[in-house]
Amino acid sequence: MFSLLQQTAPVVVEESETVIITESAEAAGHGAEAAHAVAGAADAAHGAAGHAASAPGMPQLDFTTFGNQIFWLLVILAVIYWVLSRIALPRIGGVISDRQGAITGDLMAAEEFKQKAKDAEAAYDKALADARAEAGKIVAANKAEIQKELDAAIAHADAEIAARAAESEKRIGEIRASAVEDARSVAREVTAALVENFGGKVDQGLVDAAVDQRLKGALQ
Amino acid sequence: MAEEEAGGLVFHPMDQFVVKPLFGEGPVNWYTPTNATLWMALAALAITALLVFGTRGRAIVPNRVQSIAELLYGMVHKMVEDVTGKDGVKYFPYVMTLFCFILFANFLALLPKSFSPTSHIAVTAVLAVLVFLGVTVLGFVKNGAHFLGLFWVSSAPLALRPVLAVIELISYFVRPVSHSIRLAGNIMAGHAVIKVFAAFAAIAAIAPVSVLAITAMYGLEVLVALIQAYVFTILTCVYLKDALHPAH
Repeated sequence: MFSLLQQTAPVVVEESETVIITESAEAAGHGAEAAHAVAGAADAAHGAAGHAASAPGMPQLDFTTFGNQIFWLLVILAVIYWVLSRIALPRIGGVISDRQGAITGDLMAAEEFKQKAKDAEAAYDKALADARAEAGKIVAANKAEIQKELDAAIAHADAEIAARAAESEKRIGEIRASAVEDARSVAREVTAALVENFGGKVDQGLVDAAVDQRLKGALQ
Repeated sequence: MAEEEAGGLVFHPMDQFVVKPLFGEGPVNWYTPTNATLWMALAALAITALLVFGTRGRAIVPNRVQSIAELLYGMVHKMVEDVTGKDGVKYFPYVMTLFCFILFANFLALLPKSFSPTSHIAVTAVLAVLVFLGVTVLGFVKNGAHFLGLFWVSSAPLALRPVLAVIELISYFVRPVSHSIRLAGNIMAGHAVIKVFAAFAAIAAIAPVSVLAITAMYGLEVLVALIQAYVFTILTCVYLKDALHPAH
């Protein structure tokens, strides 16, 4: 049976392109093994030709490469899994949680600073109010003091004015008294001189009495 | 698949998905470093660059790279917490691993000449099966037999419950299939369509339209890259929630 196939194989080869002569020969042998128990030589040769044509048709169905691909896939998957689970993922997870922590910490710090700023503002307001009150007190105290000084000064000025007025009154009184006295002495002298000129005898005592008598009404 | 047309157009939309050894030509053994290995390793490097070197400053006020790293962390962490609740947060590293791997594999696959690991059902199926097995084991470990309450819809009429249980059971086991094919299908289809449009650019008359179409598809693919990573992750979270709180 195998010899029969070997006879038909060159026919298949002749039908195929020259490039794949060796391939189809191999495939023919392969196909013969497969069909060994089942079919006759003609059928086996036909199957071999079909196999030779379909081998490059769908590389995905070329089972001879499966072992290779599966082996290398498992190796690569193991490598990637090792790299990810040992290095990459813990690192990235750590970075992300660190960032989360930093953000939370910063937010809390910001909240704290906000509270501090509020406290500082309250303290500032309080200090401002205190200062205002203090200033008000000082102003009131100064006002009172000034008022007191003013009152004292006014009282002092009043007293001085009163004293000056009294002094002036006294001096006016003195001036008036002296003026009366002067008028009296002038009147006595003029009267004495008149009496002398009219040829009378000047009795000073009488003249004074007469002048004082006449002046009593006028110089009051 | 290499179809020669009259105009000389050559379509190789699926060649970009071929897994090739990185050095030399030999066969692809299970340990051979291939282009799939290279681009998955580049995704791991890009993730490390963004999430480890980008955050080495550990700054309280982040720079741009650290902001992006924190954005990804915050998005996935919030998703896990919102969908699964507080007790799901301890599975966050694994969900983040899935999301980062798919997102970066999708984005790196959009570079010209690159290889897209997430377009391969072998890759997405392993991702989905890991989630499926993990979630199932976790469900039984956390809730014991109560985990089966997930399939027993106690709010439905008693007669309907066995029928619903069968439907729930089927839908439970279809989860990893849809979970993986959705991702691989989206990425593969988008990249293949871009390649097809690119092949049309060989005709001078169509080339401007082709370039415009590629640009539009590329924009769409950038969106798809993000959305598929997001969808895969949020479905993982939903399944995880079912494991932690199976009651309907």
